[in-house]
Amino acid sequence: MTLMKSLMSAAAAVALSAGAALAEPALIFDLGGKFDKSFNEAAFTGAQRWAEETGESFREIELQSEAQREQALRRFAEAGANPIVMAGFAFADALGQVAGDYPDTKFVIIDMVVDAPNVRSVVFNEHEGSYLVGMLAAKASKSGTVGFIGGMDIPLIRKFACGYAEGVKAVNPDATVIANMTGTTPAAWNDPVKGSELTKAQISQGADVVYAAAGGTGVGVLQTAADEGILSIGVDSNQNHLHPGKVLTSMMKRVDNAVFQAFSDGPDLQTGFSVMGLSNGGVGFAVDENNASLITDEMQAAADDAAAKIATGEISVHDYMSDDSCPALSF
Amino acid sequence: MDKMPKWADVVLIPLISLILAALLSALVILGIGEDPIAAVKLMVSGALGSTYGWGYTLYYATNFLFTGLAVSVAFHARLFNIGGEGQAMLGGLGVALVCLYIPWPHWSLALIFASLGAALFGAAWAAIPAYLQAKRGSHIVITTIMFNFIAAAVLNYVLVNLLRPVGSMDPATARFPEAVHLPSLHELLAPLGIAFSKSAPANVSFVLAIVACFAVWLLIWRTKLGYEIRAYGNSEPGALYAGISPVKITMIAMLISGGLAGMMATNNVMGEAERLVLNSTEGAGFIGIAVALMGRSHPFGVFLAAILFGFLYQGGAELALWTSIPRELIVVIQALVILFTGALDNMVRVPLEKAFLALRREKA
Repeated sequence: MTLMKSLMSAAAAVALSAGAALAEPALIFDLGGKFDKSFNEAAFTGAQRWAEETGESFREIELQSEAQREQALRRFAEAGANPIVMAGFAFADALGQVAGDYPDTKFVIIDMVVDAPNVRSVVFNEHEGSYLVGMLAAKASKSGTVGFIGGMDIPLIRKFACGYAEGVKAVNPDATVIANMTGTTPAAWNDPVKGSELTKAQISQGADVVYAAAGGTGVGVLQTAADEGILSIGVDSNQNHLHPGKVLTSMMKRVDNAVFQAFSDGPDLQTGFSVMGLSNGGVGFAVDENNASLITDEMQAAADDAAAKIATGEISVHDYMSDDSCPALSF
Repeated sequence: MDKMPKWADVVLIPLISLILAALLSALVILGIGEDPIAAVKLMVSGALGSTYGWGYTLYYATNFLFTGLAVSVAFHARLFNIGGEGQAMLGGLGVALVCLYIPWPHWSLALIFASLGAALFGAAWAAIPAYLQAKRGSHIVITTIMFNFIAAAVLNYVLVNLLRPVGSMDPATARFPEAVHLPSLHELLAPLGIAFSKSAPANVSFVLAIVACFAVWLLIWRTKLGYEIRAYGNSEPGALYAGISPVKITMIAMLISGGLAGMMATNNVMGEAERLVLNSTEGAGFIGIAVALMGRSHPFGVFLAAILFGFLYQGGAELALWTSIPRELIVVIQALVILFTGALDNMVRVPLEKAFLALRREKA
């Protein structure tokens, strides 16, 4: 009994000292995992950059199950972490439950809107960025057929596909857009083999540019496109360097900036609704030394022109999630 | 004559397997430069050291109880039901439909009908593989595992296209109405003067799971049907000779199995999430196989094994929260336990049997 007691108290001491770190920011990754070369990794990059520039540390957790969403939020909030940033729309429900219980903690949710006084909701205009890479794809395509490979079939990914298709059709109204989704379960975010198969299938249908919006699955898409000698478009992070000269561009979704900003603002961050679009550098397409030879001056000028027009509202890109339909593409 | 006493079979073998798994896990943790003793302490205190920890441990255990019982019942008829995952997914759909579309006056009534809905949907999902096995001889392992994928696709279609509220991005249903909220252990125990953590998700369906344990024990060892299931499982020709219909037993065992797997949804869908999300089952259907193997397909063994796996899940979560042990390693630890208790059973059993035989010979 005494042994048991001392064991228990020692264990409690470990747990307490572990939980006592104060006022560090915390980052919660979604089920896809920290190193998905895409969304979660972009969030991690932003946090890492903050840690390097300030010399401070942050807490993090990669979730294993749905029940851990609320658990991680509560545990971090109780341990005094502030602000708590969560990468992914799937946290919305849990955050809605938790936010009210910790009014002094600031929460930041990416890709979703949660209406609470201590929450900053960061959303991206992915359809605008996808529109631009769609234009580039149509201009780079010789066959007039381009492909889209999504991860899991959810509205957010359809939003990417729809913006992309509109961009393609804006340049070449007769172009064909083939859209495929990798799967219907979260495993579709991390299935490069299936991504590779879908790429081959799209190539056999004539596609010569494919756009992957599929998290870790995109690695397989980019690889196969490079092997088969067609162009590909990366997503979220700048993936041009993965296959220099073979990746047309990457649709940048600056999740890293959102995380960096939140960590820099610290416990006093401004809450409310925050849209990261073309106008404030939230989305865009990547041009660097790896793809400079693929993007002609004319393509660059056309895309820049469209970007300016989208920013001023002259061109409006359809947002799939506004009405669950897409005029340019049927799923 | 038995090769060794029953207590050795039921207690000693799982215990030795567990210790072996723990030793290997400790080596793995040492290998990545962390302190295994601190890790174990953190797991124990995080999962069992507070009512908060118990709340999560029991929540996970409830899931594994239902799926473990499901696999056990089928296993008594020598049917390997790998489809618990898909059956639990469909069970979730049954719960969601019952909770969303019928205005319930009280949670207790809702729970009864939600369990029925869950069991019905789960059983229906098991019925097709069962029929194919019974009538066509299509192997149940292949068909049930294929039905897991079909279930995922069906659920995806239903959630994305039919049940998702307009404007919501999450492929999930709306929240269930307040009336069907199941009381958590906190709310159940508060009137008795026991303070239980408020934030933990363990709820009244844990009680339901224990009732299910008892019901399965009654069914398998105290009814004619249970006897027929066991007889069929031990020897199909023997059962046939005794006038037991293989088609009937295959169908019934699988329907009960599917129903139990489906009833898991009362815990994770109705009790915890209070809405149906896409990956609500999270592999509990597969963990159920390990739980049933480790529990020797006996309800009490399943109960103990389910608590153990609940501990591993919640302890793993605490490790992920407060240490830099990556979650892949936590899966490795869980996998080692499954490997040793399930797959490598004979590694411990055979030497132990020899030891007991030698002991007995000396006495004789």
